Amino acid sequence: MLIQILGTGCPKCRKLEENARQAAQELNLDFRIEKVKDLQQIMAFGVMVTPALVVDGVVKVAGKIPGVQDIKKMLVK
Amino acid sequence: MSKTKSTSCACGGSVTMLVPCSGAADTGEIADRAARKFAEGGCAGMFCLAGVGANLSGFIASAKGADRLLVIDGCKLDCAHKTLAERGITENIIHVRVTDLGIVKGKSPATDERIDTVVAELGKKLTASLK
Repeated sequence: MLIQILGTGCPKCRKLEENARQAAQELNLDFRIEKVKDLQQIMAFGVMVTPALVVDGVVKVAGKIPGVQDIKKMLVK
Repeated sequence: MSKTKSTSCACGGSVTMLVPCSGAADTGEIADRAARKFAEGGCAGMFCLAGVGANLSGFIASAKGADRLLVIDGCKLDCAHKTLAERGITENIIHVRVTDLGIVKGKSPATDERIDTVVAELGKKLTASLK
């Protein structure tokens, strides 16, 4: 599973990454986290607010930082 | 994408997005041009309604993640508002309808005066929502 964190590297982006990593680990998923900081790449996802969480190419959330439990639901859908 | 803050870090403050219907009628043109003029002021950024209609996840997630959406429909068909609702985007919406401002669909070329009328309404409603 590819988990991408879109954002320019602010504290909220780092918090989203931390939560996503914890969620994936607790679900024992085979995953890889990639950070996307380039605005052109971020805009290519259609994302206009950050941070954003992308799972296997699908943007699950933008402009918010879901908790670990909410991210778990996004990862298993 | 425009020179407005169309993509910004969430740490930077609240995010307001302009969502005009941009329909083919004169009132749709007024909605679009009013949105672009309002965006030039820097209080809000233009948003791609077509991306929501196309069911693209990035646009849908962005709309749901915005602090407020300034939705501008040209007429009472409310295509922009309904397009958002179809994708479950129903919260934090401020709705402006061009024909509610005395502008008659099919009889109102997009003049600066009419565009400014809509821009003024956008400013009024946005300001009221912030109180």
